[in-house]
Amino acid sequence: MSAIALDNTTTPAGARRSKDKLLVVSGAVCLLVALVAVFGTVLAPHPPDQTDVLNASLGPSADHWFGTDGLGRDIISRAMAGARVSFAGAGFIVLGSAFLGTTLAIFAAWNGGWVDRNINRVLNVMFAVPGILVAVLASAIFGAGFWAPVIALTIVYVPFYARVVRSSAVRECKMPYIEGLELAGVSSWRICTRHVLRNVSPIALAQATIAFGSALVDFAAVSFLGLGVQPPQAEWGLMVADGRSEILSGAPQQSLVAGACIVVTVVAFNVLGDRLSSRIGADR
Amino acid sequence: MSSTADVAAARATKARGSGRRSGITMKVVSTVLGAVGTVLAASFVIFVALSFAPGDPVAQLLGSKATDEARAATSAKLGLDDPLLVRYWDWLSAALHGDFGTSFTYRTDVIELIKPRLETTFLLVAMAAVLMLVVGIGLGTIGGVSRRWRPVVSALAGLGISIPTFVAASVLISVFAVQLGWFPTFGAGEGLADQVEHLVLPAVALSISYGAYVTQLSSAAVRDEAGKEYVMTSRGRGIPSRRILRRHVLRNAALPVMTASGLAIAGLVAGAVVVEQAFAIDGIGSLLISSISNKDYPIVIAVSLVIVVVFVVVTTIIDVAQVLLDPRQRGDR
Repeated sequence: MSAIALDNTTTPAGARRSKDKLLVVSGAVCLLVALVAVFGTVLAPHPPDQTDVLNASLGPSADHWFGTDGLGRDIISRAMAGARVSFAGAGFIVLGSAFLGTTLAIFAAWNGGWVDRNINRVLNVMFAVPGILVAVLASAIFGAGFWAPVIALTIVYVPFYARVVRSSAVRECKMPYIEGLELAGVSSWRICTRHVLRNVSPIALAQATIAFGSALVDFAAVSFLGLGVQPPQAEWGLMVADGRSEILSGAPQQSLVAGACIVVTVVAFNVLGDRLSSRIGADR
Repeated sequence: MSSTADVAAARATKARGSGRRSGITMKVVSTVLGAVGTVLAASFVIFVALSFAPGDPVAQLLGSKATDEARAATSAKLGLDDPLLVRYWDWLSAALHGDFGTSFTYRTDVIELIKPRLETTFLLVAMAAVLMLVVGIGLGTIGGVSRRWRPVVSALAGLGISIPTFVAASVLISVFAVQLGWFPTFGAGEGLADQVEHLVLPAVALSISYGAYVTQLSSAAVRDEAGKEYVMTSRGRGIPSRRILRRHVLRNAALPVMTASGLAIAGLVAGAVVVEQAFAIDGIGSLLISSISNKDYPIVIAVSLVIVVVFVVVTTIIDVAQVLLDPRQRGDR
């Protein structure tokens, strides 16, 4: 489901430099959104939960830059507060699955043989189940909220790392220096953590950046379906859902602003991940 | 002397030939068996996991005022007192005969609830798939062949892949249904023509991000193929580039494009859950979500399984087609 970098065939020097500009710009946008996620509630011009029914569904004005929602809450303030929940969700998913996926991949690559084969088999089965379905079922079992989709999507995203990292870890484990370390009596644990992990971590990092975008979308989709974070919590997917009734009365601000936040963030993380992984590809 | 050598050579060829064929059969059989195993494993996990979900089916069926005897009788009838594995086995053997139990809320057979909604979802996914393939492969080919259009296509695809279906749905409803009034806002409609009209916006919303994915992959496939040496050689020999493109480049690029398209179609099935909810379409996706809220687990299990089966069938078809179409995958080792 990811936008994986595929253009590294024939890029002239000029184009390469201009694409590095892309790296800087996308990195800056990611950083900016991350800062909003951390400090959003402090920076917000209005309290995100303050309702004002007399000023409901207003258009953009000097006081409310992007208007107000159906309960008169300031939309941009809610979007800034919502950044935190969306970011935390996607962040937990990405960190958890990166940790599990990379561990599993190195474990498989190091042991090889039937361990490797069986891990591969399980990963293939996991690929066969759509992520959104797993997240929705997790909400059925554990109850709607923040953690059910986070845990479910963490598991769903494991194969996404494991496949890519495993192939590069297998290559790494076959290197002559690994054999040298083994002969020198260095423990497997130390070789795996000190050398294999260190050499595959750039690839895991690039995968994590790309995964962040899809994790954000999937997490927001579960909220949109009403099975994730619950109102009156501010969250981007929830805001898109909440704005649906206002769309029908011709006031689409809330859905559009929250949707734009999602799209901009996802584009920035996809482009950043794309540039990072093609850089790693160029280094090798 | 020479005749024995011929016979030996013929025998060897024959053996190799049948060995290759059995190699293909083996691969196909093991792929299909793997798919069946995946579906069984998924059904087991879903069944067991949902048996731990909160909710009391007996209270749901009888209401809170039922006597203890009635409760015990219903519980026994539903097999709720049996061990988990026995219940799974009973459910599986019934499901294999097309019986997915009775809904707690609708009080009718689950299969009767699913059937008409499955048709709606199928129409939605089919329309989205056509859109996705035509636009995705079309744009991808343009981006792969034309140097001038490549940046435009790649930017469009990069943007498209980042637009979640539910955001696209909100924008489309706002612009084309509310502001312009070209399409109905909600629902699935009656009769085929009306249904198609109702499903245009949902299909567009559903196809955007997977269409962008198909665009990216087909553009890369065409570009890789067009950059190969034989293309330059053919051009040097004076063969018109249009013919090289049609005869060789597009044909060779078709395989990775097919794989990507298959995966994308499988993704559309899962994405339909979100789109149906966004447009209030009465398909299996919205049935799944409402059943989760109602704690109507027979429906939840059945719909989840339908989605998994469709997903697995589509990916298996791709795997098998790859083995059959790509000589390199036939395992001539």
